[in-house]
Amino acid sequence: MAAGTIVIKKPRRTAADQSYVVELVKGLGVTFKHLFKGLNQMRPGGQRPDVTKMNYDEGVATLEYPEEKRPYARRWRGVHRLTLRPNGDVRCTACLMCSTACPAQCIWIKPAEFPVGHPSRGHERFPEEFVIDELRCIFCGYCVEACPVDAIRMDTGLHMTALDDRGSFVYDKKKLMSQVSQDGDQLTANTRPEPGDASHGGITRLKGH
Amino acid sequence: MESIDQELDESELELPAEPMTLNMGPSHPAMHGTIRMVLKLDGETVRACDVQPGYLHRAQEKMGERGTWQQFFPYTDRLNYCSPMLNNVGYALAVEKLLGITVPRRAQILRVIHGELARIADHLTCNGAMAMELGAFTPFLWYLKAREWIWEIIETQTGARMTHAYGRIGGMAAPDTEDFGDMCLTVLPRIHSVVAEGESLLLKNRIFLDRTQGVGVLTKKRAVSAGASGPVLRSTGVDYDVRKDQPYLTYNEVDFDVPVGEDGDNFDRFMCRMEEIRQSARIIEQSVALLKKIDPRSPDNEVNVKNPRVILPPKEEVYNTIEGTINHFKLIMEGIQVPAGEVYQYTEGGNGELGFLVVSRGGGNPWRIRVRAPSFYSLGAVSGMIVGGMIADIVPTFGSINMIGGECDR
Ligand code: SF4
Ligand code: SF4
Repeated sequence: MAAGTIVIKKPRRTAADQSYVVELVKGLGVTFKHLFKGLNQMRPGGQRPDVTKMNYDEGVATLEYPEEKRPYARRWRGVHRLTLRPNGDVRCTACLMCSTACPAQCIWIKPAEFPVGHPSRGHERFPEEFVIDELRCIFCGYCVEACPVDAIRMDTGLHMTALDDRGSFVYDKKKLMSQVSQDGDQLTANTRPEPGDASHGGITRLKGH
Repeated sequence: MESIDQELDESELELPAEPMTLNMGPSHPAMHGTIRMVLKLDGETVRACDVQPGYLHRAQEKMGERGTWQQFFPYTDRLNYCSPMLNNVGYALAVEKLLGITVPRRAQILRVIHGELARIADHLTCNGAMAMELGAFTPFLWYLKAREWIWEIIETQTGARMTHAYGRIGGMAAPDTEDFGDMCLTVLPRIHSVVAEGESLLLKNRIFLDRTQGVGVLTKKRAVSAGASGPVLRSTGVDYDVRKDQPYLTYNEVDFDVPVGEDGDNFDRFMCRMEEIRQSARIIEQSVALLKKIDPRSPDNEVNVKNPRVILPPKEEVYNTIEGTINHFKLIMEGIQVPAGEVYQYTEGGNGELGFLVVSRGGGNPWRIRVRAPSFYSLGAVSGMIVGGMIADIVPTFGSINMIGGECDR
């Protein structure tokens, strides 16, 4: 055998092993030790480890869901939300990047133009309808990565719950816009100025140079 | 009332000796995955066995051709779903080989750590389930508890417990969080103690020993001719491990041993996996140390290559500059442009040599993605291990192969 290999030998069996009874009693000792440790933690006033935190302690490792819930990690991808502009409008510009990047093809967007006279007309569009089929979604996060304006996010900390019928899993724009992040936030982190703001560059071709 | 067989001679009590055909699976509660076995039985002894995979065929390779190169990552998560990160890494390495890029050192070490965490989770699941099939339920629950700790670490890094989609061509989806290394180092000793405690129950239990030793024997010759790899091959005494023999990423910088068995029976496969858990833990400990040694200002510290044709630009640039926006749109819409060519890249997956053959005709979509799924080849050796044994041994023997339907049938 080459260096860096370990050959696994069969363990030698003693008479106690062969008799089964001795080792059975010892094994039950180990399992009962765990049982009593758990029971001791479960009794009223017992010192139960905080199972909602990541805990590597001995004893009870189960959660009494749904009474007890473990908070999800910061990066955990939950159901989607559409972020808002400071004035409460949807941040999405209906560029269809998210639906292009989606491997499950579960996003459907109907883009629309802003009305004439609206400061954003000519700069961007907005989604008249924005639908995500959360049953078809595989929660890969590609839509969040693909969005160029930080309009879609998966930081709600909510998992998909069981609902009555398939239609309820299809989230529309209103539902998506009402979701909040784990911190209760709804705004976009995008720093780009809005059309009409003083800091917005405008459209160069309209300036005639 | 007199008994009906009173008049009968002993010899006439024998049942007719013609073999009975029994269909086990595809949806048998004790079978791992959806697989069908047609057995010819003589009493309880298996005389012939026909293993029929394919019930979980989802056309994954074909679906890979539909999307961009990046869009195949979620599919790789669903190959061997006990160790998704190993598949992510294997596929990323294949496409990077075709592109001719090497990821920075930090990404390489992160890939090693995530892969080894996934390997521990995979082996804990497999060995726990195998013990459970022999009636030992307690170690199964303990091992799943330990696996849970690993999933929790991976969740904080990747954003999902099982379908991570964390690998990217040219790096990782996100850098590791600050406490990643410490989390690993905290959890490893705990895993060691859980593994040792479960072992102390099993390896002193005569039922477990009798039912694993000498059962489901696979010879070296048959294992090699079937193309088996990983713990199944190593249990027969062949010390082939891709990490050791064809080192990739930073595996040649860490010190670890390859466990091999002697007889290729269920016991050896079980123990090989147990030992691999310990060796993986060693690799993780050393890799975390390597991670801490990287100079934070050096380019080694990046998790993505510096190549705008492969990696999406930083979000700030996308929000505020037209160049960033165009770069972003082109990468999402057209995908990474991979030059025409064909490569085979193999890594050590949870079950053995996990290979990806990727073919490009140039452009943003794969022309062909072929997965060499290790458990498909191990499955070829199964019927020889089962024939001659008892029905009751089929389930643990099959469990020790760790056939994962998602990977085998794709
Ligand atoms: S998470 Fe993935 S599957 Fe779900 S909507 Fe986004 S891109 Fe599509
Ligand atoms: S959510 Fe983002 S990526 Fe999707 S259409 Fe709206 S702006 Fe584009």
